[in-house]
Amino acid sequence: MSPLARSALAPNATPPDLIRNFCIIAHIDHGKSTLADRMLQLTGVVDARAMRAQYLDRMDIERERGITIKSQAVRMPWAGRDAAGTETTYALNMIDTPGHVDFTYEVSRSLAACEGAVLLVDAAQGIEAQTLANLYLAMENDLTIIPVLNKIDLPAAQPEKYADELARLIGGDPEDCLRVSGKTGEGVEALLDTIVEKLPAPTGDPAAPARAMIFDSVYDTYRGVVTYVRVIDGNLNPRERILMMSTKATHELLEIGVISPEPVPSKGLGVGEVGYLITGVKDVRQSRVGDTVTNASRPASAALGGYRDPKPMVFSGLYPIDGSDYPVLRDALDKLKLNDAALVYEPETSAALGFGFRCGFLGLLHLEIVRERLEREFNLDLISTQPNVVYDVTLDDGSQVHVTNPSEFPDGKIAEVREPVVRATILAPSEFIGAIMELCQSRRGTLRGMDYLSEDRVEMRYTLPLAEIVFDFFDQLKSRTRGYASLDYEPDGDQAADLVKVDILLQGEQVDAFSAIVHKDKAYSYGVMMAGKLKDLIPRQQFEVPIQAAIGARIIARENIRAIRKDVLAKCYGGDISRKRKLLEKQKEGKKRMKMVGRVEVPQEAFIAALSSEDAPKAKK
Amino acid sequence: MPSALPDGDPAPADGSLPESALDALSGASFGFYVHVPFCRVRCGYCDFNTYTIPELGLHGASVDTYAEAAIAELDLAATVLGERTPEVSTVFVGGGTPTMLRPADLVRIVSGIQERFGLRPDAEVTTEANPDSVTPESLAALAAGGFTRVSLGMQSAVPHVLHTLERTHDPANVARAVAGARAAGLQVSVDLIYGTPGESLDDWRRSLEAAIDLEPDHISAYALVVEEGTKLAAQVRRGDVAAPDDDDEADKYELADALLTQAGLGWYEVSNWARSRDAWCRHNLAYWNGGNWWGVGPGAHSHVGGVRWWNVKHPNAYAARLASGASPAHARETLDEEQRYDERVLLGSRIVDGLPVTDLRPAGREAVAGLVADGLVEGPAAVRDRRLVLTRRGRLLADTVVHRLLSS
Repeated sequence: MSPLARSALAPNATPPDLIRNFCIIAHIDHGKSTLADRMLQLTGVVDARAMRAQYLDRMDIERERGITIKSQAVRMPWAGRDAAGTETTYALNMIDTPGHVDFTYEVSRSLAACEGAVLLVDAAQGIEAQTLANLYLAMENDLTIIPVLNKIDLPAAQPEKYADELARLIGGDPEDCLRVSGKTGEGVEALLDTIVEKLPAPTGDPAAPARAMIFDSVYDTYRGVVTYVRVIDGNLNPRERILMMSTKATHELLEIGVISPEPVPSKGLGVGEVGYLITGVKDVRQSRVGDTVTNASRPASAALGGYRDPKPMVFSGLYPIDGSDYPVLRDALDKLKLNDAALVYEPETSAALGFGFRCGFLGLLHLEIVRERLEREFNLDLISTQPNVVYDVTLDDGSQVHVTNPSEFPDGKIAEVREPVVRATILAPSEFIGAIMELCQSRRGTLRGMDYLSEDRVEMRYTLPLAEIVFDFFDQLKSRTRGYASLDYEPDGDQAADLVKVDILLQGEQVDAFSAIVHKDKAYSYGVMMAGKLKDLIPRQQFEVPIQAAIGARIIARENIRAIRKDVLAKCYGGDISRKRKLLEKQKEGKKRMKMVGRVEVPQEAFIAALSSEDAPKAKK
Repeated sequence: MPSALPDGDPAPADGSLPESALDALSGASFGFYVHVPFCRVRCGYCDFNTYTIPELGLHGASVDTYAEAAIAELDLAATVLGERTPEVSTVFVGGGTPTMLRPADLVRIVSGIQERFGLRPDAEVTTEANPDSVTPESLAALAAGGFTRVSLGMQSAVPHVLHTLERTHDPANVARAVAGARAAGLQVSVDLIYGTPGESLDDWRRSLEAAIDLEPDHISAYALVVEEGTKLAAQVRRGDVAAPDDDDEADKYELADALLTQAGLGWYEVSNWARSRDAWCRHNLAYWNGGNWWGVGPGAHSHVGGVRWWNVKHPNAYAARLASGASPAHARETLDEEQRYDERVLLGSRIVDGLPVTDLRPAGREAVAGLVADGLVEGPAAVRDRRLVLTRRGRLLADTVVHRLLSS
């Protein structure tokens, strides 16, 4: 019913009761970005021609994967009508949230910046585990939820069924569930009206010292770090000095404004408002998500709650395939770090892989994204070692070792090993319950509970060691449920476990890149698997090469690569010479990519293949 | 389908060579290789540039017009090489099946070489021959026309092996051919193949013994290679026959070397054994010693002073080029310092005289001790004669040896 607002409200002069802050909670490809685009268009913030599909997702990788890594906040004017029919212009702040399991903390901060959330669910697919997890977060933050079914234009849409499902989850009547199509725009105006009508206005003390929560922090090549904040109390004003309450650092506020959808400087930000700050800092670590910004001249006495240092959960060694690319990798990581407060790394040397970095990530997706950006944006070819988690090892003498690289796992005299565990939620059609249970059991999972979301959809809750899901759990889950299951997990402390380090030895030399920490019951099968894989991948050498898997000094599996006896080309006459020499030149190039493990030449490809989860191709003998 | 030619730079239409290459002519032996691209049937393992009569069609090159085209290329060679060409030391007619040509045509080609370049009095003139396609008379005619040597494609003495190779000859024909050649006064070499799918070690022993019993002057023994694009490759890919196994071939090589040595045939190149130094194939030695030669015929390769080139493959295209007065060269490459060194090590290490250690660069010389220690290179020859001579094991692992010599 409402057309565009005639005039937008000026930032810093907007009464809080005319502000609505909301986010959209949705699963990957349930159409969040398309819906957001439609809102930008309807509110006149972006005209149809300038509309770049999925405006809010900036990075290429995000657009390709259909996921949003970094949230943004857009201020949109919208004219709403009160009960008396009087039209009033509101300022809507739409805060985009990251949609993946690895970024739970970022999601929680985005949610904390809002009073309400649009729960967006694909009317053909129903709610997924990650959405459910974020919905729980939203409800914990006391957000008002507006349930919305999207893609109602699809022939496969089952709005009744999924409206029921949503109503069961959040309470209320299935009839309250809005139905929209981001693609056609149907129902989007009604949704904007509902946001105005249902969501509470922000509240805060305008007279108090400023307190603004940082919910995102993005590095921009030209402007330095752009920090996104939600003001809770007081005012932030241009040119004043601000204080970051966790780091105690003060910065001059070079620019302050709102995004609409490009940055527009303003005279400041007041209670309830959402906008950005630029201070000239060059590293997102100086402007941390969750931190509280206050006025340096009149600081608040207490920070807003909920700040947490990002904690890497998954580690992997990243090595350039071409050793001379090491400086490029180092510079690339330095650059990525500016925009990624959760990325940690330190130089590491592997006997097998050369110089590289041990990198810590929030999770697997984070790892994949970083790796892909390094390869794509910096043109690097990388080997990454099998991801591992962090172990806390207590030795018999009571000393503690924090292990982020399996090859550093102490030998012998171990009193206890603790590993991180997660609380996992899996949503799937009920016909797959058996398959999922089987998988989780094989991964040392403990079932904590199970609920039916609807007649044929079930939510299963497990405690699982994180190590068991960092490898191929998600792939396995997908393949065993024909792609229907969705997974979400969050850290849930740690547990003591019977873990051992399995080393792989080539001709008696330990290959550090293949060491793995595994549960005692799985050590043997890991050893057999890896030794067998390597046997197929490593070309025969002049001498016999034993491949052994060992726990400490105890050999648990063994394979042999027989010595090569013949490689000569029998016929080498006039017409063969050019061909043979070219082959030799090619092989010489190949030799440069060989890594020496003791006297054994191992092609780079063998490492890559052995470290990948797919079945290894047979080496050319 | 015959194997693909290597990539190279374009060759000039007139076939002319740079001065620097021509300068090298006087410093080394000079030979002709003549490629006869015809076979009665194509053997399943063969990827050589050869065609059966139906494959060629009715137009263009044929057995009858081949000599003419070859002689036209000899004219081109005379123009390109000029006055500096030394007298010809060796001629080798290979194929295909050279004896698909009438003896008179083969002789015409040799005479054509003699007329244009001169043959040294001690010249070695070899033709390959299929035991089925020679007679005492044809062999006598070849000898009378200047041939000194015949190389017979025996391959195996075991019928099921010959069958797998799709060789048509009757093993008894080999003995007749050897006798005929000997009667004509020709030196005799026989070729053997080992590692054919289904060939047992005993089968191979039988073939070796049969070859030795023929008392040839020379024996070549080659491991079967499954070449891309051959019928055999397709059979292996489909799993109809087992791929040759390197270990099996190594056993067979060792057996061959042992039996041949015992029979008085010494190795002088990885795949070649001869009764005496006089029976070494000088033409082939020139390949390994960096000699110069002109390859006549479709797909033939040539080398003069660090320039290698190769002719167009198809006989019809070849004949057409020459008929229009153009060089049949398809492409060429001019070797740089590095490539010449690589070839010198690659080829020189294959022969029994060995590569002079002094020819090696410092990195290569440093590698020799390790190669001796690993039993790949003869210790005494390295120490005493400063020559790098491969041991039996080293010959089987010649690739490894070359890599170690060349890796810096």
